[in-house]
This record gives sequence, C-alpha cells and structure tokens, in this order.
Amino acid sequence: MTVTHTYSAVIVGAGGAGLRAAIEASGHVNVAVISKLYPTRSHTGAAQGGMCAALGNVEEDYPEWHTFDTVKGGDYLVDQPAAEIMCHEAIDRVIELEHWGFPFNRTPEGFIDQRRFGGHTRNHGEGPVRRACYAADRTGHMILQTLYQQCIKRDVRFFNEFYVLDLLMVDGRCGGVVAYELATGELHVFRAKAVLFATGGYGRIFQITSNAHALTGDGPAVCYRRGIPLEDMEMYQIHPTGIYKLGILISEAVRGEGGILVNGEGERFMERYAPSIKDLAPRDMVSRAIYQEIKEGRGVGGKDFVHLDVRHLPPEVIETKLPDVTEFARIYLGVEPTTEPVPIQPTAHYAMGGIPTDVEGRVVVGPDETPVPGLFAAGECACVSVHGANRLGTNSLLDIVVFGRRGGHSMAEYGLAVDEPQLPKGIEGETVAMLERIRGGPGLEHAADIRNELQRHMFDLCGVVRKEEGLRALRGLLARLRGRYELIGLSDRGNLFNTELMEAVELGFLLDVAETVAAAALARDESRGGHYREDHPLRDDVHWLKHSLAYREPDGSIRLEHKDVKLGPYVPMERKY
Amino acid sequence: MPAQPSVSPPVGEGDQQTPVVRGPALGDVLEGSADSEWGEGPPREPGARRSGGPEVTGRVSLSIRIKRYNPEVRPDAWWDEFVIDAEPSDRLLDALHYVKWYRDGSLSLRRSCAHGICGSDAMVINGRNQLACKILVKQVAPQVTVEPIRGLPVLKDLIVDMEPFFAGYRRVLPYLVNEEGTSDRERLQSPEERERYDDTTKCILCAACTTSCPIFWADDEYIGPAAIVNAHRFVFDSRDQAADERLAVLSEKSGVFRCRTTFNCTEACPRGIKVTKAIQEVKRAIMFDRY
Repeated sequence: MTVTHTYSAVIVGAGGAGLRAAIEASGHVNVAVISKLYPTRSHTGAAQGGMCAALGNVEEDYPEWHTFDTVKGGDYLVDQPAAEIMCHEAIDRVIELEHWGFPFNRTPEGFIDQRRFGGHTRNHGEGPVRRACYAADRTGHMILQTLYQQCIKRDVRFFNEFYVLDLLMVDGRCGGVVAYELATGELHVFRAKAVLFATGGYGRIFQITSNAHALTGDGPAVCYRRGIPLEDMEMYQIHPTGIYKLGILISEAVRGEGGILVNGEGERFMERYAPSIKDLAPRDMVSRAIYQEIKEGRGVGGKDFVHLDVRHLPPEVIETKLPDVTEFARIYLGVEPTTEPVPIQPTAHYAMGGIPTDVEGRVVVGPDETPVPGLFAAGECACVSVHGANRLGTNSLLDIVVFGRRGGHSMAEYGLAVDEPQLPKGIEGETVAMLERIRGGPGLEHAADIRNELQRHMFDLCGVVRKEEGLRALRGLLARLRGRYELIGLSDRGNLFNTELMEAVELGFLLDVAETVAAAALARDESRGGHYREDHPLRDDVHWLKHSLAYREPDGSIRLEHKDVKLGPYVPMERKY
Repeated sequence: MPAQPSVSPPVGEGDQQTPVVRGPALGDVLEGSADSEWGEGPPREPGARRSGGPEVTGRVSLSIRIKRYNPEVRPDAWWDEFVIDAEPSDRLLDALHYVKWYRDGSLSLRRSCAHGICGSDAMVINGRNQLACKILVKQVAPQVTVEPIRGLPVLKDLIVDMEPFFAGYRRVLPYLVNEEGTSDRERLQSPEERERYDDTTKCILCAACTTSCPIFWADDEYIGPAAIVNAHRFVFDSRDQAADERLAVLSEKSGVFRCRTTFNCTEACPRGIKVTKAIQEVKRAIMFDRY
C-alpha cells in the first residue's frame, strides 16, 4: 500500500540544517520536511558550546582571522573558498538568529556576549580570541528551538516519524525519495523536483559516542547506495571530553571558561603538547594527547581516563555558564564538579566527511565536481568541505545555518526553473524488497550483537589512533559482519511502530558507512587532523593534499577516487599551537 | 608527536555478547586495568557528595514491569515483567534497550539522545513522570514499573500520540513577534532582561509536565503547563511584541486559569523549570497587565 505525494522541495532531516533550509525555501516553493524524529528531538539540540562569528563585540576580531583558524584547524584539507564564505556569512547568520529571538547571553551593555573556544585565535594564532556566541551551555537547544519556531510561524509541512529509505534517481536526475511511515508501516513515495539531505552524522558506528541513537548515517548511506560518492569519510572527530564509559559530551566550553585537563600525576599535560593554547588546542590534538597519556600509564589511577578539573573556577561561572555539563557529571557519575575533578575520555563525536557538495549546497560527484540535478545536502551529513580533517568547536552550529540557508535557496531556485520529474510505476519496488528480505530473514543472527561488535571494532581499530594492520583486520571483520547481517530476523511482525524493523534497516546503513570510513582510513597513509596513522605519523602534503571519494561498486566493494583541495591564501604549514 | 609501538588490540571474532554496551578498551595497553568494572566508579575525594541511592557495587538484578499495548495483537493493555542483570550506573533506558534487543523485539519506545536533552523518552516510572535516560538502575533496583505518559492516547507500548500536545504548543504563537524594522545589528537586551525569561527557554517539549497534570488528565482541552511555559518564554522576552495575543489565548476557558497549583508539573520537569511559578506569572500578567 503506497501513498504518493508531490512537492517541489523535500528536505530529509529536521535538525538545524534541515530547518534552516525549510525556512529559506518555504517562501518560494512547496516544501515538505521528512524526519524520522519529531524535529525538536534532533541532535542539534544536544550541541552545547556555541556558534562562532567574528562580531568583535568583546574583543577585536575579523572574519579573515576566523577563516585562517578554520583552515589551519582543518589541517589544510579545508576548501579555502568555502571556509571564507562561511566565516564571512557568520555575522549575518548570527544577527538573523537574534532577530528571530535567539536568547544569546549578553554583555553588560546588552550586546551578544562572546567567549573563548578551542582553536579560535586572534591574528593567526597569537592567543585565544572571544569569538563564540552562546546561550549558557545549551546553544544547540536554543538554535533548534528558534529554527523550529520560525518553521511554525511559516506553517512548514512536516512528515514526522517517517524514515527515508531510498533516493529516487531518474535519468541521472533526482526525482524524490521513498519513506516508511513508522506509525503504520506504509510506504510513501515523495515525488520532488529537489531533495536536500540534512540527516546529520553517524557516531553510532562507534562504541563510545556523544551521538544520539538516531544518528545512523541514513542520508550518506542512501546516497551511497545510489552511486553518489562519500567524501573524506576517514575524517572523523573523536572529541576529547566525554563522560567516562558513557560518551556523553562535556562541552569544550568548560575549557573555554578555564577548565583544565589533568593526568594521574596531577599534571596539566596539555602544556607539553600545545604550549601556547594548551587545553584549547584543536580537539584531535587533545584526544591524541589523552590517548598518549593513558598509553604511557599516566591515566588516573593507571586507568583509561583523565580528569577535567573546574574546581578553581568561581562557582557562579559554573552555575550560570556551564549548568548542563555540571548536571551531567552529577547525575551520571555522582561527581560534584565544584569540589571533585570529572573523569573523562575521548568520545566519537563528529563526521567531517559525508555527501560532497559545492558552496551552494548542490551535491557534486567526481574529481570535476559535476552537480547532480535536483540533489542537495547540508549540515553534518554534507562535506563542502569547510572542516577539512578536523572541525573547530562552534563551527558546526555555524555550518548548519550558513549551508542550510544556501541549500534551501538553491533548491527553491532549481525548483522554480524545472518541471516535475516523471517517476516510473513501482519505483518503490526495491525498498519493498529490502524490507521483505529483513522481515523474512532466517533469524540465525542477532542484529544487536552485530551492531555491538561493529561499534567495538570501529572504536578500537579506527578511532583515535589507527594503523595498517588494524585497518586490514577491520576490513575482514566488517565483511564477516555484513555476511551475518544477511541472516538476521525479526521478532516483531507487525506494522505498528515497528522500531525493530527500522533498527535493522539502520544497521545496514551503519555497515555501509563504516566500510567507507575503514577503506578511506586504510588508503590514506599519512596523518592529518582527526585521521592519525601510527605507522605514518606525519602529514604528507606532496601526496595527500586531496579529498577522498568512496564509490560503491555493483559488487558492494569500494572504489576510491580523489579530488584536489581548493587552496587559497593560506599555505599549508605545520599545525602547531 | 612521537609514536610508540603499541600492543595490538585483539582482532579475533567478537566474544560472547555482553548484555549492555560496555565501556571502551582504549587499547589493551595498561597493566592492571582489567578490573576497571564500572561499578566501582572513579576514585573520589573523602567526604565528597554522592548521588542518591544506596551504595551498590557490582551488577544487580532488576525486575522491570512494563505496561504493554498493541492493538494489532489484542485490544486491551497488559503487563509484562522482565528480570535482567544490569550495572547500577546503567540508565533505565539502557535496561529497556536490553529488554528490546534480547528479550522482546516488539517493545516499542521513543528515545534518541540518551542524556536528557531531546525529551523523547518521557515515561511514568514508578508512578512519576521522568525521562528514562536520566534515571539510573541503582535508583530503582530491584524493581521498577514503567508505563506510558498519561492523558495522551497510547498508540503502542510506551509510545503516545503527541499531536494534541504539539497542537496546544502551537496555539500560543511560539515564535518571536517583532514587526519593527531590523537593522544589521542585534537588538540590545540587558543581562537582567535576558535573565527574566531564562528559565522557560529550557523547555524541551518532553510533555512530562502536561501529562503529569490532573487537570489535563480530566480535561484534554486544558492547554497544559508546557504550552504556558513556552508562552511565558516570549511574553517576558523584552524583544517580543505579541504578549497581548498570547495572553488572550491563555485567558480563555482552556487557558491558565484551569491551573490549581497542584505542582505535579514542577516536580516532573526534567529540566528543573519552575513551571508552576511561570504559570502564576502568566496569570498575574493577564490580571494586572504586568509583563
């Protein structure tokens, strides 16, 4: 039983990027937003630290300094023209959010307050600069609420708890998507001139992650299965400060307000690894430092965690600027941050890679960046690339509104210029077949076991530190997991809120995404940003100043191609802080 | 960065499934780390404050009674009980996942962030509205009862129809209204003005408050605490200009004056919002034009 809908623009995902795109497109064309979660459940809401823009409200600052920090922070894999656009548009996007009611923290004079954040410096690295605009430590929550409110104001049409399972391509042109309605089990075909993916990241390929359970890489996987390559998949950020064992994020803002990292010997070890900005070094550097300290036996009590210490901060700073993160420590660890240090460990956090796009949000394929007509992407699931090999904190909340808006604008423009696509009958047949295969599976394997093992192998062998031996072994492990995936079965036979079926589909997406991450990591025999190869610890600009593109071959194997990094005024230098 | 040769992590087949996702092995490179059982917790200073609940170490037995409902299978609700082993520091959500993944795949619940931010997993836990991801096993062991939130139609197991809740929210015009020309700078707002409405910006629309309210249970026309909280957020925001319109909605029969200061909402709120206080401030704004 299939229902068909027709829209000019269909947006998949209702987090910050998807909602911003919907706001932009809604005044011009008929828009529908499809989301597997109710919009305010999206993971944008978990972002804590801030959104940066060179407003210069508190101290001198310029978009050019921000651009440099972004390029260097990304270990020079960033496409410099894209970073320049993002950092210059940042100011307008922040002011626009304020006009829409965003409750920024304020200076005594009433302007938007700004604070320090890792990797953001004045004058190309002289010292930290106050560039991050914020709302306590729930900036992401407020962005999500504000953008959702603006969608309500514009009466945007939402299809909530619909899972997009397939992308429809007709004669090389995007024609829409197929979605599964969780409440009823019905399939829906959304015929659309333009589709924009804004489905977020894929932290759930890893065992310890800050990511929600819903982040299973749906957008990238669905595009990948239809021949779209995935860019820079090896670039995955492991954030240094997650709650020990749980992975719940403790924001970098804690260090921005003065919190420090301390090893088992009570030493502020970041002084050794990044002498000038210490604990505010980029996240990949801090995570590797923690890994190294633990490996050399200087974890707390010799164990596999270190401490985040805020005991020296004034209690009112902790209460007013960091209330949520202190609550996490209290609830989940029983630790009182004002009097005790907090146990933390690195946690898988952010995907720099994803669906390749240009700066207008159009999906582009191949080394020559050929646009795919009607297909767009924005936010964490996209790769423009503004974050290169490592993302600076507060640049993601910026990315989603800048490129969400650009993608929404491009979709609307495209939709006004073309006719509706013609979809052949029965185009949802492949999705029907996939669901039947899972429903009718023999049940010889258990989906939860496969997922647990996938996550553990990926975190152990493709996490903070990687090497060839481990990555080759990982390839074999993933292949065996995929074989076992074909043998799972379901115990829920119904059509009503069959979350077991959807989790099984999501596991397939996780396997696809994990395979591309592992393959790209094995191929890149250098270290850059979040991709650290113990057997190739240095950056190799001669051979590797390029993006990877992972294509799916018909037999399921992966073919890697590359495209040049778009350089600019910043010449790649050694990344020291 | 100097690289040192490390011991390779084991790369054989995965071992026997572990019931709940375990903590990491950050490389098997530490001597004597094999005993890092989560139950012991990190080293702590003497006299440091501990969280609530008895001192428990090691795995515990937890009996979970869940109210089930599936109209595809039978027309009435029924109770299921599952007895599992869990770490005391696991979240109740982790325990429910274990039940779903290893005992009964048809158990359906909403969840996403697993740390109290997204508001997906509001449930009635031992008779009180809570988020399942903010309750630890050690707070409820050895026995816990889990039901869907009240006052909204149950669709399946712990999933309720949220449409009436969001419809109430939309009635209060939950977006900033300010028709003055905008400049290329931010509107000014003092820290004191910002503080005035800070509490009610925290709302995550989890519905714990509205579905804990006896007035809402008795009369689903009542707009409910969450809608009033989100109206408060704008009424007391110095930049907003539509307070009159919102207050007009809230002074209707189904609006704020239904509130009987029962305080269930304030107790239920996982974000610690002083909900009853916000409702009273809205009542005063309507009566005395004070906002």
